[in-house]
Amino acid sequence: MEKIYLDNAATTYLAEEVKKEIASKFEVFGNPSSRHSFGKEARIEVENARDKLANFIGAKSDEIIFTSGATESNNFAIKGVALANPNKKQIIVSAIEHPSIIETCNAMKKQGYKIDIISVDNEGIVKVEELKKKIGKDTLLVSIMHANNEIGTIQPIEEIAKICRAKKVLFHVDAVQSFAKLPINVVSIGVDLLSISGHKINAMKGIGALYVRKGVKISPLINGGGQEDAMRGGTENVLGIVSIAKALDLKRNEFEVRNSRDRMIKEILKISGAQLDGSQSQRIYNNACFSFYGIEGESLQMLLDEEGILISTGSACSSNKLAGSHVLKAIGVNKFYLNGSIRISLDCLKVLTREEENYVVQKIKENVEKLSKISPFKFVEKEK
Amino acid sequence: MKPTTNTYSKEVLEHFSNPRNMGEMNNADAVGEMGNPSCGDVMKIYLKVKDNKIKDIKFQTMGCAAAIATSSMITELAKGKTLEEAEKVTNKDVAESLKGLPPIKMHCSNLAADVLKIAIKNYRKNK
Repeated sequence: MEKIYLDNAATTYLAEEVKKEIASKFEVFGNPSSRHSFGKEARIEVENARDKLANFIGAKSDEIIFTSGATESNNFAIKGVALANPNKKQIIVSAIEHPSIIETCNAMKKQGYKIDIISVDNEGIVKVEELKKKIGKDTLLVSIMHANNEIGTIQPIEEIAKICRAKKVLFHVDAVQSFAKLPINVVSIGVDLLSISGHKINAMKGIGALYVRKGVKISPLINGGGQEDAMRGGTENVLGIVSIAKALDLKRNEFEVRNSRDRMIKEILKISGAQLDGSQSQRIYNNACFSFYGIEGESLQMLLDEEGILISTGSACSSNKLAGSHVLKAIGVNKFYLNGSIRISLDCLKVLTREEENYVVQKIKENVEKLSKISPFKFVEKEK
Repeated sequence: MKPTTNTYSKEVLEHFSNPRNMGEMNNADAVGEMGNPSCGDVMKIYLKVKDNKIKDIKFQTMGCAAAIATSSMITELAKGKTLEEAEKVTNKDVAESLKGLPPIKMHCSNLAADVLKIAIKNYRKNK
């Protein structure tokens, strides 16, 4: 049996169409900054891709800056805006942002910035009233992710954008998990900066972008030869840029993926000691995150890997820092569930067969039961 | 290759997949427990002692593969030993018997020998 890869929120495979597109441009090796014909040829690829990407999110072409990926984009959004607006010293983020935002904020804190972390409710939705109250004269930027990478919760970014606009503070959205999956129009949302990644949408690793609304003051983090309107030095990753543009054409099967995900949620919740983490309704359609009572997620991940099922876990043991998931803690997951979480993130291009769905559910059930037998903590069904 | 968390030894994987002496002991003479579910690792060791020797030993563990494998290994190392011999087994011995653990797991998940010591201490206290 072929392996079943359910970790598409971590990264995705290169789509066939994207592979073909890149392969067709292998000979385009010129430096887009060169004035000769090879350079021009490469420049055309970069600018066509920029136009396409801009159009895709309702932006203008000169509002797109290509980066090495979303981590750079997130760093760029915060540090770049801070460098260009040195008079403002407060940054507001949510408690469940990606590490590339949280760690950037920690670094800014050391530089004297005040970081305000807005809490979320038990579904992972940002407390908008709390956010509103925190915005003040010193606020540089509000940064809230669109869809969460662990629990998939979708934030009310339109509402937050309105508040930021009314209070005249900049609003950055980390759209890595939602980009190309949910409709995003930067103008209708009213966002000032938006981070995008290539490898989450079946394009290449090492390519991303930052949308910066015209008029937003931002300084480059990487100085160099004037590339990207002098906003990001370094020779452009031409093939990466080609790949991200091509990935916009791919058809994502929202309806079928959502149904498949919902069927699996229903079945997995029948397992003794299982709970769904995050929101029932405000959740990106390819994500499901579960916790199981009294077991540890890395063990479950390893057992499932042996069965050919590849998922990820929020367990403390699995992280490099040995700290449990800050997201699950922020939504108040009970300590007996906290380290027993797994995330399933489905492929949006190719839908699982019913047979595969059933196999995944069955194997999760078997292996949760196996680990429950080893554990000193036994789940007791509450009397209803 | 630099050792990482996803490179467990064959021995660890074997003990993880087929843990020895796993389960609860109803009539244990002593129990030792350590860890906290918030951290991800909790180990519990049950002892049956006769003539100052560990006649039977069982474990229950919530934890990663390293935690489960070290628990399983300590039961093998301790079984049949006198209490004094069993006490001398260190976490390092356990890790070595498993042909090593990834560096990041050496501290957090390698506490089986400590749990055994607690169980022995509890045995003596209750005797």
